[in-house]
Amino acid sequence: MTPTLQAFLIVSAALFSIGLLAALSRRHAIFILIGIEMMLAAANLNFIAFWRFAQPPHPPTGVMIAIFSIAISAAEAAVGLAMVIAVYRHYRTTNVDQYDQLKG
Amino acid sequence: MNGAAFIVISVFTLAAALAAATLPNLMHAALCLVLALLGLASFFFLLGAEFVGLALVFIYIGAVAVLIVFTILLTRRDSKEHRGLNWSGVLIALAVFAGLTWAVLKTQSLSIVPPHIRALTIKQIGQALMTGYVWPLQCIGLLLTAALIGALVLVMEERR
Repeated sequence: MTPTLQAFLIVSAALFSIGLLAALSRRHAIFILIGIEMMLAAANLNFIAFWRFAQPPHPPTGVMIAIFSIAISAAEAAVGLAMVIAVYRHYRTTNVDQYDQLKG
Repeated sequence: MNGAAFIVISVFTLAAALAAATLPNLMHAALCLVLALLGLASFFFLLGAEFVGLALVFIYIGAVAVLIVFTILLTRRDSKEHRGLNWSGVLIALAVFAGLTWAVLKTQSLSIVPPHIRALTIKQIGQALMTGYVWPLQCIGLLLTAALIGALVLVMEERR
């Protein structure tokens, strides 16, 4: 039995939802970044799956977009974790519920 | 493409991702994220995109996971979470998953089997990167440089 495109898309949707769960329901800033990384990775799986299931001949567009997306998520992780460290220096906590100085 | 391999890899990936999202200890969650990304890389190998799978292993597991572990160690004071899961987040995630699954299953044109394609060699990828995608490649280089300088400036100690 060969898996169809639907099977890959459902696995990717499940991975995206788990990332969303981590980003929405945790209180720790690093957990939120982990969730965002997972959502980006699920999007990459969609790009590769659509590229693989397209009718040949086709250019390697999906592969290229996945490579660029991996590079962008690496940049995002670097800046996000630097921000977590910078905010931790001021507040002495990584609990996002206590970052409420801008709250009206 | 092998159905049994697909089932094994998807069960492994989703279990590791769920563990990364729900484990209370931050270090365990980061290590489970590494396992989930390893599963994702094996999906890429299964789909015939070996270069992207290797890039995922190098960049995510080699760089991003190490960065996450370093950040956890630097902010160690509260690396445990005392409160449980927030149930509205669980509900929203379940609703998104149900909506996406419904849309995917409803679309008949998605239930296709993979066509036979010639393997994508690294030479082809390199040629595409150096010809048609050269401007995006330069922009990514600029973005990475700016992001790394920005990260350094953000964490630099302020002079008092």
